[in-house]
Amino acid sequence: MIANYGYKDGSGDFYISIDTDKCINCPVGRACIAACPKDMFEAMVDDYDDEVVCIKAQFRKSVKYDCAECKPSAGYTNLPCTSACTPGAIKHSW
Amino acid sequence: MSELSAFNAPTTEKKPEFWRWQEECWVDESKDWRSAKIITCGIDVGSVSSQCVVCVDGQLYAYNSMRTGNNSPDSARNAFKGVSVKTGLALNDLHFVVGTGYGRVNVPFSHKAITEIACHARGANYMGGNSVRTILDMGGQDCKAIHCDEKGKVTNFLMNDKCAAGTGRGMEVISDLMQIPIAELGARSFDVDQEPGAVSSVCVVFAKSEALGMLKAGYTKNKVVAAYCQAMAERVVSLLERIGVEESFFITGGIAKNAGVVKRIERKLGIQAMETRIDSQVAGALGAALFGYTLVQKQGPAKPLAAAA
Repeated sequence: MIANYGYKDGSGDFYISIDTDKCINCPVGRACIAACPKDMFEAMVDDYDDEVVCIKAQFRKSVKYDCAECKPSAGYTNLPCTSACTPGAIKHSW
Repeated sequence: MSELSAFNAPTTEKKPEFWRWQEECWVDESKDWRSAKIITCGIDVGSVSSQCVVCVDGQLYAYNSMRTGNNSPDSARNAFKGVSVKTGLALNDLHFVVGTGYGRVNVPFSHKAITEIACHARGANYMGGNSVRTILDMGGQDCKAIHCDEKGKVTNFLMNDKCAAGTGRGMEVISDLMQIPIAELGARSFDVDQEPGAVSSVCVVFAKSEALGMLKAGYTKNKVVAAYCQAMAERVVSLLERIGVEESFFITGGIAKNAGVVKRIERKLGIQAMETRIDSQVAGALGAALFGYTLVQKQGPAKPLAAAA
């Protein structure tokens, strides 16, 4: 399942997509959780009883701002979450 | 004194509520729950409406759809009460109860809470058949685009709950503003000499101001409603396009009853939405009841939680 967390507003699309099929048997021990400097990721059991990673509810309506400090404009060349996720389950839409 | 009290007398005239949609309770009289092996219940407590669906042996038996009250537990109880009064079912008779929707964790007699995304997919799969692949749930305060497989399992979803644009609440606001009963909005939106452009504001608050501006500019009420329906359609289509739309396309939620929005979505996508005889608003609760049925088959009946209600 592709879970899209975020929103679309007048300034664009801001979604963090997590491919839970790649996430279920994570080979890197959910490294994305530790990699995010804002602590936006958490593990949860989804509706189909699989343990996957999701974006915490309090960040889902502000991802554009919360992720800003990890974007190239803040000096990063790679996003810490997508770099930590070697199976390539995490993607940012912007 | 009497003159003064006459002056202060409160007005008893009740303001008409144009936004108020029809609550509904339905029972399939051809079925009898007393002869069923597995009775499951789905309670969908949404931000605007609450539904209770009862399934017997995995088949839809009864539902009640009503407005959500000022707290989720009472809304859940009232939704079940509607079915209970009509069928004689008590909480002790239910083998499993699944809560879903915005208030799913506050359903006092549920055995499990499942997100409305999974439940709408499951419900749409029942209502539209296993060919359904793309679902648009237009709820009271959010809008979801969902992809599912032939079993109704979610494969991709996208949700817009940051903004009321493209939601039932936005339509209620326009209904009240135009003083047109909400059930008539769809038909009235086609009663225009020329299709207007969409309301340009994506925000309901600004759209409301823009609608007033249109009225002042000489638009008829129908034309303003048409412009708003068009804006809502554009809004949700952009959401749908993000996850991609497949041919077997199904719309759930209250807005599915508004032909003015549905037809405009169909026109923009170039795809006809699938039709159903079941109330589109109960899809989430229906999916929850069906999840309950699967869980009973796997685990056996859960303990009754009648005391909680």
